Amino acid sequence: MTEPTTQAGTPAPRRKDERPGRAGGASLNRLGDRKKARLEELAQASAGKGGVSLFRDALRRLRRNPAAIVGATIIALFVLVAIFAPLIAPHDPVQRFDELTSRLAADHIPGATDGFPLGSDELGRDLLSRLIYGSRQTLFVGVLATLIGLAIGVLLGAIAGAFGGWVDNILMRVTDVMLALPALLLAITLVALASKSSQWTVILAVAIVSVPVFARLLRGSMLAQRESDHVLAARALGVKEHNIVLRHMLPNAMTAVIVQATLTLSVAIIEAASLSFLGLGDPNRDRAEWGAMLGDAGVRYFEVRPELAYYPALAIIVVALGFTLLGEAMREAIDPKNRR
Amino acid sequence: MSLLDVRDLSVVFQRRGERPFTAVDKVSFTVEPGQTVGLVGESGCGKSVTSLAIMGLLPKRGNKVTGEVLFDGTDLLKLRRDDMRDRRGRDIGMIFQDPLSSLNPVIPIGVQVAEVLERHQGRDRRQALREARELLDAVGIPDPDRRLKEYPHQISGGMRQRALIAIALACKPRLLIADEPTTALDVTIQAQILTLLKQLVDDTGTALIMITHDLGVVAGLCDTVNVLYGGKVVERARRHELFAHARHPYTHGLLSSVPRLDSLRGERLHAIRGSVADNIPWTEGCAFAPRCDNVVDACLEGAPTLEPTATGGDLRCNNPVSEEVAVP
Amino acid sequence: MLRVIVRRLLQLVVTLIALSALIFIWLRNLPGGPVDALLGERATPETRALLTKALGYDQPIHVQYGKFMQRILTGDFGNSIRTGDPVIEVIGRAFPATVELALAAMIVAVGLGIPLGYLAARWRGRALDHLTVVGTLLGISIPIFFLGYLLKDVFTQNIHWFPPSGRVGIGLDNTNITGFFVLDSLLTREFDATADALWHLILPAVTLATIPLAVIVRMTRASVLDVLNEDYVRTAEAKGLRHRTIRGRHILRNALLPVVTTIGLQTGALLSGAVLTEKVYNWGGLGTLITDSITGSRDYPVLQALILLAALVFVVVNLLVDLSYAFIDPRVRVR
Repeated sequence: MTEPTTQAGTPAPRRKDERPGRAGGASLNRLGDRKKARLEELAQASAGKGGVSLFRDALRRLRRNPAAIVGATIIALFVLVAIFAPLIAPHDPVQRFDELTSRLAADHIPGATDGFPLGSDELGRDLLSRLIYGSRQTLFVGVLATLIGLAIGVLLGAIAGAFGGWVDNILMRVTDVMLALPALLLAITLVALASKSSQWTVILAVAIVSVPVFARLLRGSMLAQRESDHVLAARALGVKEHNIVLRHMLPNAMTAVIVQATLTLSVAIIEAASLSFLGLGDPNRDRAEWGAMLGDAGVRYFEVRPELAYYPALAIIVVALGFTLLGEAMREAIDPKNRR
Repeated sequence: MSLLDVRDLSVVFQRRGERPFTAVDKVSFTVEPGQTVGLVGESGCGKSVTSLAIMGLLPKRGNKVTGEVLFDGTDLLKLRRDDMRDRRGRDIGMIFQDPLSSLNPVIPIGVQVAEVLERHQGRDRRQALREARELLDAVGIPDPDRRLKEYPHQISGGMRQRALIAIALACKPRLLIADEPTTALDVTIQAQILTLLKQLVDDTGTALIMITHDLGVVAGLCDTVNVLYGGKVVERARRHELFAHARHPYTHGLLSSVPRLDSLRGERLHAIRGSVADNIPWTEGCAFAPRCDNVVDACLEGAPTLEPTATGGDLRCNNPVSEEVAVP
Repeated sequence: MLRVIVRRLLQLVVTLIALSALIFIWLRNLPGGPVDALLGERATPETRALLTKALGYDQPIHVQYGKFMQRILTGDFGNSIRTGDPVIEVIGRAFPATVELALAAMIVAVGLGIPLGYLAARWRGRALDHLTVVGTLLGISIPIFFLGYLLKDVFTQNIHWFPPSGRVGIGLDNTNITGFFVLDSLLTREFDATADALWHLILPAVTLATIPLAVIVRMTRASVLDVLNEDYVRTAEAKGLRHRTIRGRHILRNALLPVVTTIGLQTGALLSGAVLTEKVYNWGGLGTLITDSITGSRDYPVLQALILLAALVFVVVNLLVDLSYAFIDPRVRVR
């Protein structure tokens, strides 16, 4: 029942005892500069300290949250499988095996047999190996789409949040236009507008969908900070505006963005699968990617062999769950409302 | 028979994975009809939890309430939930600390007053609103017709507290519990609200339990005062007795820490050392011992008992402040 | 208040114009455009030029856009390249199917989501709450088209509870009145057709409702948990009000305010989800139309109109939600 006593964003200590002496003009100037540098140092030290302890605090809460642990474990396993896919997978994911192709028929896709624990896919390839290699492509598509979306969104949001005024206004109208279309519809439109779909159109479409989300988030957080005590303190101390933005506002705002990125990853993986299902996915059938495996062959052969859908779907659900769990635990951890 | 007879009331909070915490520890006190009784102490001393336990408003889970709360002879703690519901607002009214957050922000003031009358007096909405208007008028809200239709954010803090008082007194309860009713208000408004409470209590004959950390409030209002520390009553006395001869070092400290206009120039304001965080559990000794100026060895050898005093009060202390020493 | 509405409406118009211009310009400048789609790759340059001219694609882009906007304002979105029918008719035919599906899904999501979220919050930490939390997490992690196939497999192949696809089994005798089959059959008093239409509607509606349901449950739960800690709920208890009154007037009345916004935003999820759901269940609505106008021949006039329509619906619904706030939250009303 104890109340929290730690306070966030303690304003930088004010220093009054330093006064430029009556030395010559040049040294006065230098003194002034030194004062500013020192003050900035102080402001930073205090902000930094606040930042670190807040971060540690959040991390501590995160470690005690079972949802975070489950999520992190899933993601760790997912990444490990992706990295060591060649060592884990029993077969080459693109090789078509005669013993499997020979048994393929219009109404039959062979299940588990010797050496192929999950059986064949629709073209006589080893389903297990494709699933294992699929983690690589899925991770690649998800991470890349999220990173691109994040980069563009952060850039737009930071510019809007840092400059404010008409720049902010125009950039926010741009995000309005993007937000006017529901996510998947925007992705569909973007893929459709490209003359030919490829893995890159999928990545870009999924990325662009997340741009306005990141941009608005970062901008909102930065605007909120413009008014916050520690930024006001830094400004009062004469810290240069670009330093305030780069060293004070941006790092704090990024926390929210990183949380959002974690959540976006799960959405990106699912959206990529949806595009495949609509026939707008990666046309390269050699490439094993869970979304494509599920959205394309998985549903096409659902009545013949539903396992072609079950396995990649299960993989997608588990991984999406992992990112969602971790992301929400992170959001909870950095929410000051939950500080204990 | 007393109107309210609280006997050995204990509240233990028990959260999963945490050590049980005794917020209220065998508290007993009585309230006679029409009497005003003060529960005084620092935050965390258990005074609010006591009031919530009497009202049956503690959360359903995570706590254990024991003892008896006899209201007119009926043990409120043994009542079925629905029977208790019938009594709250009708027999016992309650006023809370923060008038803004204690009023529903999206419902007009009038409805919030009227709904108590609809519930307990079987009035229909129109009649209840008419009575609500009179109630608002009675608690000194100007232009009550307009206020009926307004929302909490549209009126001032003092008026909100008046509205809450109107709600609590709407059904003419025999007992009113006021939990720090003036803490969230401006100083000038505080006096107005206290005057209003005193006047209403006198007019209607309602008994009042005044929960406060402010001895100034006690001085102007209460007949009897219970001083709580660490979940236990440490001193009980009639008002004049308490202010003239506080015996418990804690009460003494509280009184000395009130700034006075008639104090000598340059005289230092006394403050009690440390904070509630320094408490030791009652099982080890007197919870106040670490902060006490009068501490003796006996204070660390088990909790002192509550003993009657010569002046008709009760005291829980091994080494009370002697009566000869005048209050500084 | 009026000024806010006017400003929001202006913003909406600007957004839509910008969107239409972007799409228009982009569509015209891409390789594999409609001319190629119509003629195929082996057409002679002369034919191509002729068709380009006939379609007006040879004029400067801003002239084309101006004409396009002019026509749009008179309700003329051009003709479908695939079928030659006026776009407005093509869309008009598919529109009721999607609205019917989306409304049904919304009824499921709201009707189930709010009580579930409320109960989970009231019984926080108990079995139902845990079940709800896990369920909603699964709901937002599962690709809904896969869920659609799964439901279809279980309920139409294994146990024959529902029809696998389409909107009706029994045809309506009377011709369409509104295009909403459930409504039409009620109007013409063909109740067996109503039952049949509802029968076909359930699985797709449940599939489409998954994500909005999960989101609404989570939002309601979080919001109710917040409100339960509010002092005014304690005041209501102190008044001895009936449980029913406290739940409705004091808890839900406040807790549902943020949920309303969420519901508005879920229109987006419905529009996106409809594209997937309609494909799974062979539901001849706008979603199918979108898929058809992209894959196969690129039916730009249809696609263009559909995108604008989706944006319009989404933006207008959210505007209405924001405005409705003024009526349900007195704190917003004052300004």
